[in-house]
Amino acid sequence: MASPASVAPTPKIRIAGLGKRFATREGEFVALDRIALDIPRGSFCTIVGPSGCGKTTLLRILAGLEHASAGAAVIAADNPGKPVNAVVFQGDSIFPWMTVWNNAAYGLAMRGAPKAHIREVVGHYLDRTGLRPFADRYPHQLSGGMKQRVAIARAFATDPEVLLMDEPFSALDEQNRTLLQEELLRIWDEDKKTVVFITHSVDEAVTLGDQIIVMTAHPGRIKAIVEVPFARPRGVLALRKDPEYGALVFRIWSHLRDEVDRARRQETV
Amino acid sequence: MMTDQLTDTALVPAAEAPAGTEPARRPRGLSPRARDRLIGLASPVVLLALWEVLARTGAIDARFFPPPSSIAVAFVRLCRTGELWANLSASLVRLFWGYLLGGIPALLLGLAMGLYRPVRAMIDPLVAATYPVPKSAILPLVLLIFGLGEASKIVMVALGVFYPVLINTTAGVLQIDRIYLDVGKNFGAGRWQTFRTIALPGAAPLIMAGIKLGVGMGLILIAIAEMVGAQDGIGFMIWNAWQLMTVDTMYVGLIVIAVLGFGFSVALDEIERRIVPWKARG
Repeated sequence: MASPASVAPTPKIRIAGLGKRFATREGEFVALDRIALDIPRGSFCTIVGPSGCGKTTLLRILAGLEHASAGAAVIAADNPGKPVNAVVFQGDSIFPWMTVWNNAAYGLAMRGAPKAHIREVVGHYLDRTGLRPFADRYPHQLSGGMKQRVAIARAFATDPEVLLMDEPFSALDEQNRTLLQEELLRIWDEDKKTVVFITHSVDEAVTLGDQIIVMTAHPGRIKAIVEVPFARPRGVLALRKDPEYGALVFRIWSHLRDEVDRARRQETV
Repeated sequence: MMTDQLTDTALVPAAEAPAGTEPARRPRGLSPRARDRLIGLASPVVLLALWEVLARTGAIDARFFPPPSSIAVAFVRLCRTGELWANLSASLVRLFWGYLLGGIPALLLGLAMGLYRPVRAMIDPLVAATYPVPKSAILPLVLLIFGLGEASKIVMVALGVFYPVLINTTAGVLQIDRIYLDVGKNFGAGRWQTFRTIALPGAAPLIMAGIKLGVGMGLILIAIAEMVGAQDGIGFMIWNAWQLMTVDTMYVGLIVIAVLGFGFSVALDEIERRIVPWKARG
């Protein structure tokens, strides 16, 4: 075991020279090009970029669901007993054939966790997400926001080294999205896990992140890394009144606008 | 926009008109399902009554279409002698083993085909080539290989249930959204756990449809198989009745098969409600 002093400075996630190419009918498509990024322990890192910038691909490589064509993404495992990552997927990802409870318990059950432990942890996260009264419901009886709460509870319950979230709130309406952002921050504040959060919403990136990675499209590259100065715990609504917030959103938008314009020009060609 | 609204308002009363003129008076306050069941029960009763009247009045030839009341008499007679039960139980035992021997391998193979591309690539052409062969046409070959005993009948039923279950299970697994397999992988589900927690429940609605088809196919094939070289069974009973020209007995056999099919389908619907409780039902 390494001593804490030697562990602390190394990043939780180290991405170096990462590339991903797909063969398509029109030739090779470069989804990710030379991505290099260190994400510190306990950091909430948001990645924002135009559609097609490969941010989901990056997350899937981090999740081990896809292989990189070049370079590597390494997640430092501090505790070998824990799962390395857990993903909150975009869209409906909770099993329609399981109750809310069994969905939330899925990761723990697959890892063969003791029954008493599952009961305690799942109960805790269902309480935190307000889903306890719906534990026996099936997903078709739930609203979109509730389904995403189940997906969040499922990911948190496994207590992963790193939490990976792929536009988890993109399908929700504005009010629900704000509510879930607040809930997510509240749960995250409990033990400040390292999070990689993909979004296409600049507001969401600024609201949630400690660090914002702005990406470009075709090929997907990192355009800028922006530190977010806001203190924790944050109130999602209070934050919006802060003049700093507007300035930050504007800064990221100006990074993105060039990119969106460029992407549009490429599409029309 | 205008035409849309016009057709909408025109369609509503048009669609409701037949329900109002239903001969089996539509009881108010029944759930649609209860109403469907009632109508389902009423229609054969009406048909039987009509048949009885026509046969008694000589409008149809009672030698070929004996009135239901005389079929009922034959039914009671066959029950008393124990003949019916002996034949029925023989068929049921064969159906049981046939369904098991055909259904379970089909289910496992179908799950494997749905999950693993190479397995699919290997088995698909074989299924495509053998499926269209009418199972009844294989009966002589099955008799040759398995003899005139129980085995040949069981094999016929197994063949009947095998294909629909296999094809539907494969299709059922293939229609599972890929995201669920990603979830399984991400949360550390092993091969067997993926089978049990994703492939099987995700494919369950289509698997049930396949089982229903297969059970019906098994009934058809058991009747055919028992007509050739069997000494008991419902199929034998029907065939024997033809040779003895006891038309009443023949009808009893046909009705028993029909009731069997109906009973199976009711039971399977109930099983489906229990194992697929997560499907939103209208």
